[in-house]
Amino acid sequence: MFRLWSTRKGGDQGGVWFLAVLAVVAIAVPVLNRLVPASSAAHVSAFGITLIGKYLCYGMLALAVDLIWGYCGILSLGHAAFFSLGGYAMGMYLMRQIGPRGVYGNPILPDFMVFLNYKSLPWFWYGFNHFPFALVMVVLAPGFLALVFGWFAFRSRVTGVYFSIITQALTYALMLAFFRNNMGFGGNNGFTDFKDILGFDLHSDSTHLVLLVVTAAALAASYMACRAIVDSRAGRVIRAIRDAESRTRFLGYPVESYKLWLFVFSAVIAGIAGALYVPQIGIINPSEFSPINSIEAVIWVAVGGRGTLYGAVAGAVLVNYAKTYLTGAFPEIWLYALGALFVLVTLFLPRGIIGLVSGQSKERPDPKPVE
Amino acid sequence: MRVRDKRLNLQDVTVSFDGFKALNQLTLYVDPGELLCIIGPNGAGKTTMMDVITGKTRPDSGTAEFGGDINLLEMSEAEIVEAGIGRKFQKPTVFEQLTVFENLELALAGVRSFLKTLRARITVPQNERINEVLEIIGLSRMREAPGRILAHGQKQWLEIGMLLMQNPELLLVDEPVAGMTPQEIERTSELLLSLAGEHSVVVVEHDMAFVRSIARRVIVLHEGRVIAEGNMDKVQQDPRVIEVYLGV
Repeated sequence: MFRLWSTRKGGDQGGVWFLAVLAVVAIAVPVLNRLVPASSAAHVSAFGITLIGKYLCYGMLALAVDLIWGYCGILSLGHAAFFSLGGYAMGMYLMRQIGPRGVYGNPILPDFMVFLNYKSLPWFWYGFNHFPFALVMVVLAPGFLALVFGWFAFRSRVTGVYFSIITQALTYALMLAFFRNNMGFGGNNGFTDFKDILGFDLHSDSTHLVLLVVTAAALAASYMACRAIVDSRAGRVIRAIRDAESRTRFLGYPVESYKLWLFVFSAVIAGIAGALYVPQIGIINPSEFSPINSIEAVIWVAVGGRGTLYGAVAGAVLVNYAKTYLTGAFPEIWLYALGALFVLVTLFLPRGIIGLVSGQSKERPDPKPVE
Repeated sequence: MRVRDKRLNLQDVTVSFDGFKALNQLTLYVDPGELLCIIGPNGAGKTTMMDVITGKTRPDSGTAEFGGDINLLEMSEAEIVEAGIGRKFQKPTVFEQLTVFENLELALAGVRSFLKTLRARITVPQNERINEVLEIIGLSRMREAPGRILAHGQKQWLEIGMLLMQNPELLLVDEPVAGMTPQEIERTSELLLSLAGEHSVVVVEHDMAFVRSIARRVIVLHEGRVIAEGNMDKVQQDPRVIEVYLGV
């Protein structure tokens, strides 16, 4: 019997490559920063460390988007909201860590609260001086929002483009809310001027190197968790939902509950990515909620290749590398370049760059099986 | 293997939509292990009858019992599936991106919740059952092929296979050979004949040659009631059937 179709059984080859590259990055960047002299071309500067760390955080966000879009067909155009909420939770911890070292020297209240005449710390800031509490909130805040939002959306059978539009509305509403000074999240300035994390100086290279390695580890762990889900029977149910939702329901699977679990899990990954992003970048403000950010994340996934997980990460890194370069060299053309990229990929690379690499970019007509 | 002993009984079932009687005091039975064919012109009530049996439509009057003790009219669609009645719709919908094996795996009776399917593994008896069904529907060699590459007929058989994974006592099959090639029709009749005995099978079909090739007992429906019953030869010579079908 001839094997005329490819099966993905027999190990996750692309995933092994992906994890290997990630390990190399996590080892090579510290080595190239510490052991190679600054005069050498191979030296990775402090700026380089932050940049790579940022790419890895975006990679995690792309992974979260691919899990629900590539495998379950849920196109969320609001995933940056979960990313930002995780970032804000981490930012609140970092603000509390500043303590009396702020400009106004208030040991309890962050600078912006003194500036806005707050008399005492708002109740929702309690506990954020403890790192473990902040970590719990990094997971809970985006997870809970996704749970409530998803519960209403999926229960009402909101799907397709309607779902995409209300996720845009969600992130836009959050952006407007966080812009307000009286929300207690620093208004349009957000949080910045962080000093240290767990007692380690956020201005030193070694702290940034550790954060980079932690981000790479978190990305690897998220990848393996997503892979475990999509390779399980639940993963096959999820793909069945993507391809024929009502048929899956007819087989007795609670489709809404699958979507909800997956959506919440994806939001939590996005939230963790945001929490890792903030200490490395050093600032979080409401513009992180802006609708364009969520749309960009979807473009990363489309460029990298939907439904492969590692393709999404590759897309995030490549597009952001291009963004770093183009916004430096030709700042006015970046948005046009991004739009053109999306159109070109949609037209000519339906399976993204990963499809190109694995040599199956075009949908070939399937061969007739041999009888 | 549970004992196949449930007899389906419809008694005086009437369904009306805005005064139009889709079923008019319909009475029929299906014996355990029997292969029954139901024919009739468009609007005769064939689909409505299937809807009543599967709980999709509730009749205005009459009774529908499965075995001595199961009253189908008081059960939800899911409970009726659970009780052992499976239905294959006219248009085949298999999962295109999943393999034939995975299609059957998802149709396996058993765990349905996310947290349980996350950890579910195929047990040895389940694997055997899938292989057995693959053998029955003639797709053993297509086991690892994705659903999208199957020919129309193969999709129909896979769909019947998915039904068999639930191990139903009664199979309701709606127009199984529509759009099939003569060879596919022949294999479908072999398949349905092999299922009878182990399962009760009710086939609704327009294709007379096909019905002739498989039927032992044929029921002709017209305007919501049975107008003829018996073997194919007897039914075809019935003057009322000739009138309904040929308009003589």
